[in-house]
Amino acid sequence: MLERKLVFGSLLVGLSVSLLWPAAVNADEAEGLRIATERKSRNSGWEDTVASTTMVLRDARGKESERELRVYTLERADEGDKSLTVFESPADVKGAAFLSFSNTLTPDDQWMYLPKVKRVKRIATQNKSGPFMSSEFAYEDMTSFELEKFKFDYTGDDEFDDQEVFVVEQTPVDKYSGYSKQIAYIDQEHYRLLKMDFFDKKGDLLKTLILDDYELYLDAYWRPHTSEMFNEQTGKSTAMYINDIEFKTGLKDSDLDKDSLKRAR
Amino acid sequence: MKLTNVAGLLLATGLLSQSYPVNAEVEYSGVFTVEQRFFLQDAAFPEQARAQTSLTVTPEVFYDWNDGYDRITFKPFMRVDQYDDERTHADIRELMWLHAADSYEFKAGIGKVFWGQTESLHLVDVINQTDAVERVDGEEKLGQPMVSASYLMESGAISVFVMPYFRERTFAGEEGRLRPLVPINNDNAVYESEDEQQNIDFAIRWQQTLGDWEVGLSYFDGTNREPLLLVDGAIETNDLLLRPYYQQMQQVGADLLWVNGAMLYKLEAIHRKTDLQSFYAAVGGFEYTTVGVFDSVYDIGWLMEYQYDERDNSFFAPAQNDLMVGLRWVWNDPDGTQVLFGYVQDLDDTNTYSGFVEASSRMTDNWKFTINGYFFSADSPTDPYYVVRRDDHLEINVEFFF
Repeated sequence: MLERKLVFGSLLVGLSVSLLWPAAVNADEAEGLRIATERKSRNSGWEDTVASTTMVLRDARGKESERELRVYTLERADEGDKSLTVFESPADVKGAAFLSFSNTLTPDDQWMYLPKVKRVKRIATQNKSGPFMSSEFAYEDMTSFELEKFKFDYTGDDEFDDQEVFVVEQTPVDKYSGYSKQIAYIDQEHYRLLKMDFFDKKGDLLKTLILDDYELYLDAYWRPHTSEMFNEQTGKSTAMYINDIEFKTGLKDSDLDKDSLKRAR
Repeated sequence: MKLTNVAGLLLATGLLSQSYPVNAEVEYSGVFTVEQRFFLQDAAFPEQARAQTSLTVTPEVFYDWNDGYDRITFKPFMRVDQYDDERTHADIRELMWLHAADSYEFKAGIGKVFWGQTESLHLVDVINQTDAVERVDGEEKLGQPMVSASYLMESGAISVFVMPYFRERTFAGEEGRLRPLVPINNDNAVYESEDEQQNIDFAIRWQQTLGDWEVGLSYFDGTNREPLLLVDGAIETNDLLLRPYYQQMQQVGADLLWVNGAMLYKLEAIHRKTDLQSFYAAVGGFEYTTVGVFDSVYDIGWLMEYQYDERDNSFFAPAQNDLMVGLRWVWNDPDGTQVLFGYVQDLDDTNTYSGFVEASSRMTDNWKFTINGYFFSADSPTDPYYVVRRDDHLEINVEFFF
């Protein structure tokens, strides 16, 4: 609880500071792209990960509901990553699985597997702004970060959670994105995303994502063990906790395709 | 499946699990359901009741080894019905050994396979027999004994199936609703093949994703899962007998899905040949989904599918020239609430239509309820829905997952 309050505290500071910036600093697209490229390149070469994750949904009154997920991710060099999410709870959706190929230039390819009817269903990806598993994360928040999906704009430096950060405004290229823009707070030392503000199509602040409890793996790759998405308009929030993550497990393309989707556990 | 077979299979799995190391991980899960059906009209036949309670249990045992590349799933099923002796039944939904590798998959045992893309009809999907006493929409299937191998290539997945045993469709009994004048009598089933249930069926399927397209082609040669009805005797002489007649068939099927923005276009088409019939049938349409309607978190999906069949209307094939419209309402709440409304109109006869509502939501992590409603309209005895014209019903299920 104390931790939560601290996060909220720093969030408020971050927000008030960021509101002052646009007037004071000139936009710099080249610098924005440089920061984003550095962020992307520092997080490349990890090959694959297998993570067991707990997702906690909280409604405006604080009522919680939990679900367990297993997430397999495979890095692809020139395209977006592949990921396979297997639902372990609640019990009625156990064995259901979601397969996503994040593409850089074309819309993502997504499929859902329904174990009860043994059916693989293709999903219309234009609806990327829809909620993922009733959470505050949208489908588009769950796909990998790709440079081609945004236009970047560096808006200045700031401080967040006692760390020096770059503030980069990123505008989704896809007109079907649910966001007009996102403001990313990236720490200057490791180029990790610490916080992101999401603005809806009307330009109002919709959600804030706080990424915390970063741990370093294989001396190169930082992963946040807590990611919490706050919906600023409804008061609901969703926290994702990584309980356990393994790198370079030897996943292959054939472990993340429509055929393996049917036998995901 | 005879009880002796079930016992044999149970014994076999017991032996299998004992022959693996003691530290092996076995997962147990399952679902227990209480179902209450309420019929909205007085029954057409005196033996039938207005309300019907039943219980089901579906435990599942899962065991894997070799890093999950080998696995056995055992999923028996049983329903006990208050009145209907035929609806009280047991089945092995799954008892399957699966061996997976990078480029192939091998399966042997009893299981379920789904083929196709459309929602309102499943023409292409012919591997499993329909467990027709379970649900009116025909979505519940009996376990099919099979050996199958899939070869997974860049150019798609090719699967071959050999099915050594045929499962008869289940039909409501004397005291069950949703049946014709007299129950369809499975004990007097007639087969075209002299091997009867032991006829060996074959199937082959190719499935591939090509960008925004999902493409499937299939061929099936074996016993038609959908029987014809043979009529013996007469109602006047009190010896009317309806016997299912299972013919041999060859069916070519194609299924297609195209993603275009928020729209999914779906199509299934078949050509089926039996000794008595040779015909085309097809179903095609779209599903369009809007997320966050009216600034809410709700998703609304619109479905429309047109159904075409060269055959005349019949009890098993009512979709000659029919249109289905549907609406899927997804709440995106933590309880996973969703409601599906559907309406099917026969375009040849305005008085023939049916409607359904299927709603479900979680109560806790382990408890879930569903409320389904099915409504039929027909006014002439030649109508496919005529036999079920008084069987409109609501079905409430409470499910416990363990």
